[in-house]
Amino acid sequence: MEVQLRDPKVVMKLSKLGSFHQSKLSFLRSFLKEFKDWKYKRDLFQLDENGYGRAVYSLRKNNRTYSLVCFANQISDEERSDRVIATKWDTAFALHDGIPTKKDLDRLYEDVPKQEIGRLSYKELTLSRANKSMRIFNHVVESLSQGIQPNKDKIMEVGYLYRTTAVYGSGKFGLADRFRIKNRDEICGPFRLEMMLVYLVREFTFDQVNHIAKQKNPRKAVELDKDICRNLGIGNSTGLGMAPFIINHPTLLNNWIFAKEISLKKIREIENVKDCEAELFIKLLKKSLKNITSWNTDSEFQREKIFGLLRDMKKLINFLNKGFDFKDKYSFNELYLWCEKNLKDECIEYVVSLMMEPYDKIINPLIEQMSVDEEKYFNIPTQKNIENLRNILEANYSEIIKIDFSKKENNQNFWFISKNKEEPRLADRYIDHGAELEQPLAIARDIKILYQRISNIKNSLSIGRFLIENNDLRHVVRRAFISENFPYAEIQDNIIGHQLMPIDMLRLKLSFFGAVKFDPRSDKWLRICMFQGAPLLNDLKSFDDGWIYNYLN
Amino acid sequence: MISLSEIDITVKRATKAVGFSWGIAEEVGKGISLLEMFGLPGIKNLNQYYKIYKDKKFQNISLISKSNISKISYCPIISGINFLDQIFTLKELPEINFENIAFPILFIPFISRSSEIVGKKIFLKIDQREFLLNFNQSIYSNYLEGNRIIEKANKIKIIFLENENTFNKNDWKELYNLSRETFVDESEELKKTAAGAGLTDND
Repeated sequence: MEVQLRDPKVVMKLSKLGSFHQSKLSFLRSFLKEFKDWKYKRDLFQLDENGYGRAVYSLRKNNRTYSLVCFANQISDEERSDRVIATKWDTAFALHDGIPTKKDLDRLYEDVPKQEIGRLSYKELTLSRANKSMRIFNHVVESLSQGIQPNKDKIMEVGYLYRTTAVYGSGKFGLADRFRIKNRDEICGPFRLEMMLVYLVREFTFDQVNHIAKQKNPRKAVELDKDICRNLGIGNSTGLGMAPFIINHPTLLNNWIFAKEISLKKIREIENVKDCEAELFIKLLKKSLKNITSWNTDSEFQREKIFGLLRDMKKLINFLNKGFDFKDKYSFNELYLWCEKNLKDECIEYVVSLMMEPYDKIINPLIEQMSVDEEKYFNIPTQKNIENLRNILEANYSEIIKIDFSKKENNQNFWFISKNKEEPRLADRYIDHGAELEQPLAIARDIKILYQRISNIKNSLSIGRFLIENNDLRHVVRRAFISENFPYAEIQDNIIGHQLMPIDMLRLKLSFFGAVKFDPRSDKWLRICMFQGAPLLNDLKSFDDGWIYNYLN
Repeated sequence: MISLSEIDITVKRATKAVGFSWGIAEEVGKGISLLEMFGLPGIKNLNQYYKIYKDKKFQNISLISKSNISKISYCPIISGINFLDQIFTLKELPEINFENIAFPILFIPFISRSSEIVGKKIFLKIDQREFLLNFNQSIYSNYLEGNRIIEKANKIKIIFLENENTFNKNDWKELYNLSRETFVDESEELKKTAAGAGLTDND
């Protein structure tokens, strides 16, 4: 039986993309599996009694070493902020290519804590900073110094000791360009070095609390329990800066979504589901119920999504208990079709992630296809003609070209780059100033203009000749031809319309990172947690890949 | 050191700021990164060009032909973009000449990318400076003046080179014979068995 891929016009709707969840394809999970046989070392740990100072951690495989350089600084509570306008952080980190010399460390000490206004070199691969969670950091240190473990409920409620507020890579602030690392055999998938940084930062946070507690009360202090450590991840606070990424990297976006869609198609095409596969699916489904109840948020929007997800999960379990038999042929296909008919997107996408769990054989080869050499697809095929372009627009953008952009509401927003922080922002075109400096992210609107522009142009005209007079639309001509070969490259929505929920764009990207516990603080930024439940560095040789569904008892 | 990614994004924004479209700005960002990666002074020339761009008039060529002459200097960006866009017709011409292109260094990345698209090396001569553009993989040149700004090229010549060997038959024969010295002379028995096939041709 052949199952069709899901229609990009359905999958690529923002409300659908904003319902995606972590899965076996997520980068932090595939990163951990790749790094099983790496050697880990704490090379330097020079912190004072309050936990301030520097530390270096390294991961090594064959002849390659990557070192996390950490700087912990004293800042006042008033200076601590997750917002991008902050200039000081509790800690700052850089992932260094190789083993840093004393000279490198001194150079990094000057620049890494400055973050965006510092300068890094091609020897540094990623850069980040993090703030303590004021909800639990002191509680954990106090408890340990008194010889007791911290309160588990508090731990689960927050989920991390530190929260990063940005993780930079790919040439920003002088960091190494992607071309320097893209052919390295030991790092295969997207965002591996960002994941490595965050994972090593997590290790530093445990060492730091243990160190401070010990300094505080050398006789009585105990170390943080390993099970508690495993259930602490690293938080992240993410704003709009991340949103344009998925517009600006269409081929990469396609490869992420395509991997997911191919996985689903292959799973639905399985004729006979083995008992062990069905059992794992059911086991993780049940575990999820408990796990999801630990997702705390003040956001009404997200709370409704979580309640809806739990309601639908119970509905699904009920359905499975009422005689659904995994021994029937194509049972995952039957199950998926039932979900589509009876559940909302939030739960459908959760179930799609769960369906992947038993199938390493399907998923692992796809993980290797989630990167892309974007440069290869940059050139516009100018030998093609207007007929080709028209066909692409009518086939791939049929919903987009129906949007009426003469209506104010469909033009409500514009994206711009803030002069203060050089970061993307969103504003109201009819209230705020700066629309004339709009970024080229209004793809739906510009595609519609392109479609109208070619309506009276003869089919045989080459794209090269068309562009002579129409270079104002060059950016969307390029995209249209990319979409011809990459069906999931384009968001099928208007991201300048009044109904836009920017956090849908953030959630899409974060789900592929492997984030959980989405906690929107507004419609434009949210907190998440990464690596909660993940094995510790010393567990990496052998661990349960379903760790992300764990819950601290 | 400024990374290529920073160059790409800053050039893109600066190009938009002086009045080009976003689509063209994307091309210029890629182009200047390419120049800098190959060690050519892209940033320096672009910066100087944009300083005078708004005050001075430049000719925007549209259809490129065998010979392109203008009293007003051609804009290297529009010339480059149109060269790239028209490459499938231009590659049939034996030689293409331009007279009077402003800041010709900025024209180079478009020709380099064209070389990759058509799968042919391109010989580019900017006045006395010669460049061999190798499928956008490298640029070979006698232009070693480093960080200079070149405000104008009087004459530019472009030739698509046929995919031919750089050596003669004899050079190849001699080297091939040398390589044969790593081979084993087979006995009659080995001829029959070493390839692993059956003993008759039709079994």
